[in-house]
Amino acid sequence: MSNDINNTQSSPAAAPPVWGNGKYEAVIGLEVHAQMLTETKIFCGCPTKFGAEPNTQTCPVDIGLPGVLPVLNRKAVEYAVKTGLAMNCTVARCSRFARKNYFYPDLPKGYQVSQYELPICEHGSVEIVVDGAVKRVGITRIHMEEDAGKNIHEGGGPYSFVDLNRAGVPLMEIVSEPDIRSPREAAEYMKKLRAILRYLGVCDGNMEQGSLRCDANVSIRPVGQKEFGTRTELKNINSFRFVEKAIEYEIRRQVKLVEEGGRVVQETRLWDPAAGITQSMRSKEEAHDYRYFPEPDLVPIVVDQEWIDRIEATLPELPDAKRERFVSAYGLPEYDADLLTAERPVAEWYEAAVAAGGQPKAVSNWMMGELMRLLNEENHPIEESPLTPDRLAGMLRLIDNGTISGKIAKTVFEAMYRSGKDAEAVVKEQGLVQISDESAIERAIDDILAKHTAEVGRYKAGEEKLIGFFVGQVMKAMKGKANPQMLNDLLRKKLAAW
Amino acid sequence: MKLNELTIADLRRLLDNREITPREILDDTYTRIDAVEDKVKAYITLTKEAAWAMAEAAQQAIVENRASLLTGIPVAVKDNLCTKGILTTCASKILPNFIPPYESTVTQRMLDQGYLLAGKTNMDEFAMGSSTENSGSHTTRNPWDLGRVPGGSSGGSAAAVAADECIAALGSDTGGSIRQPAALCGVVGLKPTYGRVSRYGLVAYASSLDQIGPITKNVTDAALLMNVIAGHDPKDSTSAPLEVPDFAAALGRDIRGMRIGIPKEYFIEGMDRDVEDAVRAAIKKLESLGAEAVEVSLPHTEYAVATYYILATSEASSNLARYDGVKYGFRAAGKDLLEMYMNTRAQGFGAEVKRRIMLGTYALSAGYYDAYYKKGQQARTLIKQDFDKAFTTADVIVTPTTPSAAFRIGEKTADPLQMYLSDIFTISVNLAGIPALSLPCGFTGSGLPVGLQVIGKHFDEAALFTVAYAYEQSTEWHLRRPAL
Ligand SMILES: [Zn+2]
Repeated sequence: MSNDINNTQSSPAAAPPVWGNGKYEAVIGLEVHAQMLTETKIFCGCPTKFGAEPNTQTCPVDIGLPGVLPVLNRKAVEYAVKTGLAMNCTVARCSRFARKNYFYPDLPKGYQVSQYELPICEHGSVEIVVDGAVKRVGITRIHMEEDAGKNIHEGGGPYSFVDLNRAGVPLMEIVSEPDIRSPREAAEYMKKLRAILRYLGVCDGNMEQGSLRCDANVSIRPVGQKEFGTRTELKNINSFRFVEKAIEYEIRRQVKLVEEGGRVVQETRLWDPAAGITQSMRSKEEAHDYRYFPEPDLVPIVVDQEWIDRIEATLPELPDAKRERFVSAYGLPEYDADLLTAERPVAEWYEAAVAAGGQPKAVSNWMMGELMRLLNEENHPIEESPLTPDRLAGMLRLIDNGTISGKIAKTVFEAMYRSGKDAEAVVKEQGLVQISDESAIERAIDDILAKHTAEVGRYKAGEEKLIGFFVGQVMKAMKGKANPQMLNDLLRKKLAAW
Repeated sequence: MKLNELTIADLRRLLDNREITPREILDDTYTRIDAVEDKVKAYITLTKEAAWAMAEAAQQAIVENRASLLTGIPVAVKDNLCTKGILTTCASKILPNFIPPYESTVTQRMLDQGYLLAGKTNMDEFAMGSSTENSGSHTTRNPWDLGRVPGGSSGGSAAAVAADECIAALGSDTGGSIRQPAALCGVVGLKPTYGRVSRYGLVAYASSLDQIGPITKNVTDAALLMNVIAGHDPKDSTSAPLEVPDFAAALGRDIRGMRIGIPKEYFIEGMDRDVEDAVRAAIKKLESLGAEAVEVSLPHTEYAVATYYILATSEASSNLARYDGVKYGFRAAGKDLLEMYMNTRAQGFGAEVKRRIMLGTYALSAGYYDAYYKKGQQARTLIKQDFDKAFTTADVIVTPTTPSAAFRIGEKTADPLQMYLSDIFTISVNLAGIPALSLPCGFTGSGLPVGLQVIGKHFDEAALFTVAYAYEQSTEWHLRRPAL
């Protein structure tokens, strides 16, 4: 693979890796918060379901009443370890929790239990592909922490409400190395993390509901300089599009600032999606001193090799490996393999259809075309597709054996999707069987040629593309049911003999 | 003799023989409380109504032969242990109205046995102090001399037991808060091994040091009460998943051949003469019973007080952050959020608590963490290692519990450092996480009790009971009662 410097396939839409007339380079690191898909919270037995009435999913432990103690959810540890293994991290045999102390109304204990000095996973990496080039982004660490609650400012009164349903919900924070160089890379990295997390089943990746959100550290430096520039932190970005837009805005802002003789100050900025700009939230100088120290209410987390092995054994084939296998085993183009492996259920659907006898490229075409279109129309995830993989394979068999034409298949496909019936039933019910009766086709051809003698003349005079016109006319007359191969052959024969 | 003057073991026998009823014990107990509580002021909350109901249930259990050790026995509980449906204040103005919707594990275990909650006892606010003068409620008096302190922070529990205002009590010990008041009030107090007793429901002061333990009239009761409250609790990750031995079985074992370690660093300049004499006499007594006294060294003792005040206050500054006026407890007005926080904490916490929060906040702040908190952790390790080494030559270690007998109310309040030094012999034990028991070993010339501290290896409370019981059986100090 070529790396991005020698990359010749760069599309014009790609954001440039250098800025300010080629003078500056961006240095970007992402901190991604992923809500773990555990049934219960990280330190108590409360449910983690989204959207419940405020404060209905709380107990004395997560609302920090005096005297209660946290008990670690083993599932959360397992999910973090699983994620670490999938991202090539070293899993710490012994890690521990720390307290991050600050006052805020939605933080019931006055501290957040998080990992600081000894995180559960460190030193990993993931690969992304940007414009055909593969790039490795380092993972500094993955650590576990509890979420805080939520302040609700509504009603206009001189007060706010606090909802503590989220307090204690388990999060993973995945911190990247400052390896990312462009907004596109940042978005691709985010997408890759989401794909891996969803493959692993450790996070639903739902960005609208906040299960996956990201903070970006952005700085610029003159091309060729080794030292990092002063960075700003962009908080709480919650879509791939915004990752790209917010970082791009921030890079341009910093370049402009520096070009005009200004200085970037270290600060936290918020992305305003409506205005398309980032705005200063508070300067780091007045930021909190979190006074981290080891959480004395929890013992160190000991993960032995046997546990790691057991978790490793549950790792599914991950998107990169799957993509490569789709190319090599099914002979799919990279583009198809990429799309089909982005989501695990899609890949599984594909493989089921192939296993049921569907020809690999044909299955891919039908999935990426008709199936995705219909699913998108109704906003259905593929798991809820009324059309099953074996029915697609069944329909492809009817095309192969000439029962239906590719054209009719579109009608059959949609009918299968709507009715949940199989292809044979649809064909039978709607009388869609292909006409392979030579004499019937011949009669129709004779009819059309007799009606269009002028066009026949032009064809004979060398206007060969008129063949399409004749095919269309015959097909129309035969309501699309004519066997296309047969129609083609017979038509050419008739025209030659004319 | 009144029933409230008896021990758990005595009452159990009488109850099981149907000679007395739980109501009669409670009657005598509350009669005593009515008579002396105005002078001693051991309690913050008396729970008469609940206790009578519990006595009813206890009687029923006895009739149905379902009685356990504590069925029908009135026990006082320090007011930093959560009791479901019963006011729990930690003696703080910031928690004037907190009624926990849950029960602490230790009191639940006692409830399961049918104990009677006599009341919630006074303490130094959030267990910070050595005299119970830091209570946001009132000052408890030493039953032996009402002009003196009962010690702290479990001063209310120790005074209640000494004054026969209950049969036994629970306290909590972070730097000596069970043993020091037990010594000053002439009763028995045990700080178990860290992890031996669940902390669930104990309002935290310093999580890595806090431990709940019994305060009783004699060693036997301490062992019996430990049999009830000790043991692993899935709700407390720091509680040890260990089998608990029957501590009563350790009573009456021979101490011949046991090695009693005497740390040379503990017999210091400035120690009260009467205290030193009493402790040295106690060591002689143990030798006469066949134990062998060996000198041991705990060279890092001089750092213990400083280490403790760094680590305990660091944890406290974090543990007490939740009292911010947002969710429960006292809230002061303020023009904005920050001012509300500041006014709430300024008005809600007492001076000692604020002093420790500031100390801990400072020790944890960026730039000072390495110099204070981290150094404190390193010193803690050295102190632990001192004990590990000493226990290679000694089975238990014996020291005075306090450098002097009970001091006068107000005597040390103006000088916090002087007050901190009253825990100088108890603090190392919490830092090391090991168990220690204090029991009466004599009296000063002015008639104040003196405490002997017996320190043991990790999870070896049994050795403490063996040594303490042997000593107690050969002396009569524990039989003396204060004249009230
Ligand atoms: Zn909960």
